[in-house]
Amino acid sequence: MARIELQNIAKNYGPVEVMRDINLEIEDGEFIVLVGPSGCGKSTLLRMIAGLEPITDGEFRVDGRRMNEVQPRDRDMAMVFQSYALYPHMDVARNMGFSLEIRKAPSQERAGKVHDAAKTLGLTSLTARLPKALSGGQRQRVAMGRAIVRDPSAFLFDEPLSNLDAALRVEMRLEIARLHQRLETTMIYVTHDQVEALTLADRIVVLNAGKIQQVGTPLDLYERPANRFVAQFIGSPTMNILEVAPADKGVLLKDGTLIGISPGTGHASASDLGVRPEHLNIVPEAAAHFSGTAELVEHLGSDTNIHARVPDIGQVLVRQHGHFPLKTGDPVHIAMELDKVHLFAPDGQRLEPVVGSG
Amino acid sequence: MSVHRHSSPLAVTGKYLALALYVGFALFPLYWLAKIAVTPDKLIYTEGTALVPSSFTLENFRTVLVATDFLYYFRNSLVVSLTTAAITTCIAAAAGYAFSRFTFRGKRLVVAIMLITQMFPLLMIIAPIYKIVAAVGLLNSLTSLIIVYTAFNIPFATFLMQSFFDGIPKDLEEAGMMDGCTRFQALRKIVLPLTLPGLGATLGFIFTAAWSELLFALMLINSNDTMTFPVGLLTFVSKFSVDWGQMMAAGVLALVPSCLFFIFIQRYLVQGLTSGAVKG
Ligand SMILES: Nc1ncnc2c1ncn2[C@@H]1O[C@H](COP(=O)(O)OP(=O)(O)O)[C@@H](O)[C@H]1O
Ligand SMILES: [Mg+2]
Repeated sequence: MARIELQNIAKNYGPVEVMRDINLEIEDGEFIVLVGPSGCGKSTLLRMIAGLEPITDGEFRVDGRRMNEVQPRDRDMAMVFQSYALYPHMDVARNMGFSLEIRKAPSQERAGKVHDAAKTLGLTSLTARLPKALSGGQRQRVAMGRAIVRDPSAFLFDEPLSNLDAALRVEMRLEIARLHQRLETTMIYVTHDQVEALTLADRIVVLNAGKIQQVGTPLDLYERPANRFVAQFIGSPTMNILEVAPADKGVLLKDGTLIGISPGTGHASASDLGVRPEHLNIVPEAAAHFSGTAELVEHLGSDTNIHARVPDIGQVLVRQHGHFPLKTGDPVHIAMELDKVHLFAPDGQRLEPVVGSG
Repeated sequence: MSVHRHSSPLAVTGKYLALALYVGFALFPLYWLAKIAVTPDKLIYTEGTALVPSSFTLENFRTVLVATDFLYYFRNSLVVSLTTAAITTCIAAAAGYAFSRFTFRGKRLVVAIMLITQMFPLLMIIAPIYKIVAAVGLLNSLTSLIIVYTAFNIPFATFLMQSFFDGIPKDLEEAGMMDGCTRFQALRKIVLPLTLPGLGATLGFIFTAAWSELLFALMLINSNDTMTFPVGLLTFVSKFSVDWGQMMAAGVLALVPSCLFFIFIQRYLVQGLTSGAVKG
């Protein structure tokens, strides 16, 4: 069990600053997902928590105790590597029991714990195999088993599912969720996949270019993204961003249409309007905010994605529930659900929209 | 990963023919060595170019083993080569690991200096080396050879070992450290078992290099007691007025330890020991 605090954490590689001002408090038992595009510093942050990478500046505490200088082996954390990092010369059972072997646990206890973990993960028939005789999914399970056997105070995962195929990824995602429910141990999980983040996390930390963009529950991030980056990173398909100009009673789209929402008085003026594809609707012409032509219609069964080209405004993606009878080239009239629209200042920060005021 | 293709019988024949030609070309000198070693003295000149001698004898081997100092030379070479190989490999393994895993001040400088040492023709430095060895009173000793060979082989062996360490994912050690190892335990329990092929290759390479070295051995050793095998082979020439049969017999015997050594380390040279460590 561990409560983890990061205070003003910074990381430099030589003269290059890759991370700064990282402040984060992780409650005991919480499932935290670090998400962000490739190269934003997720692994670096996780490795600093693990102790594999020195912390340049700031303080890292576990249960109130400063841990910056503590060796990885004394941090009582288990890590699942993206590459799995199974010991190639040890069979599955020894791989899983290695941490106990190093700590000189009695072999009885070791065998018991390995057996239990193998059973939970469905690896019982494979314990005598070498890693090279396992499939990718099985290796992934062994890597998880190795972490479970330790019974650590926190689990660290670095993109554990990114080398699996899509079906297996969904299955393992469920398994990790179940594992967290059962163990109730603090978990810090790194991924670049926002779907994994949204489905697994108690709270998500969105990183970009070495800085925290927003921390919040999946619903927070979806409903009230703190800036344009988070807005576009979270949610699939990506949020539409339309350029707007401030006006008297709302904002003006590029084609001159007045939209009756604004950041409210006393705030910076909005330069962008964000609206998710699922919050756009195909409507009769009279009710539309803007109109265009369907350039591409994707029938996904459960949903229909309509990529529309709107004169003066540009490309807009509309998602309609179920099958929507529309073909490429058809004219489309689109309306926004105004209570679901987001506004952003020129610097990308969120502005709280007020519907109908001026 | 192997791709199976159906090739025409002609292509297969051609492939094996090319292989056979190559092997024949490479092994022919060895065959000739063995052939002369078992040819009776009186036939060496009369049947000089015959591929197979008309009669065989083991007399040359008997003479070499019983009537010459060959066994001395042999023992000296063995001591020098084994010690050199062992010391060099230990140092090279440590240095190679450091180069592979750590960044430290002066790393590039050390690498550059090591590369530069490999650029000098040995002939240029043989006189200074002689001076130094003479000054510390190590002439005519096997120790001098061991020191010189070790010094000259360390750079190459270090680069070789570094490339083997580079081939072992860093993740493995880090996983070990997360699992409770100190860096040294991770090295011993995880990296070392995976480096055995590399250690084997380095040992074998250095052993062979030391075993066949002539230049320094010739310069630094004069007394019969401490002669290594290649130098001893030269004394064969003068002593027996180029007794080809005995010289070749000695040559064949000299191949034995190299062969044994490689057979012994061969099982560590098998590749793919790290397969299965990472990814799927
Ligand atoms: N050893 C290193 N030396 C210098 N820069 C590094 C090193 N490791 C990572 N970086 C840099 O730090 C940044 C973050 O890397 P990383 O944490 O691996 O990103 P992520 O895991 O989010 O894809 C990247 O810009 C990367 O180039
Ligand atoms: Mg990463």
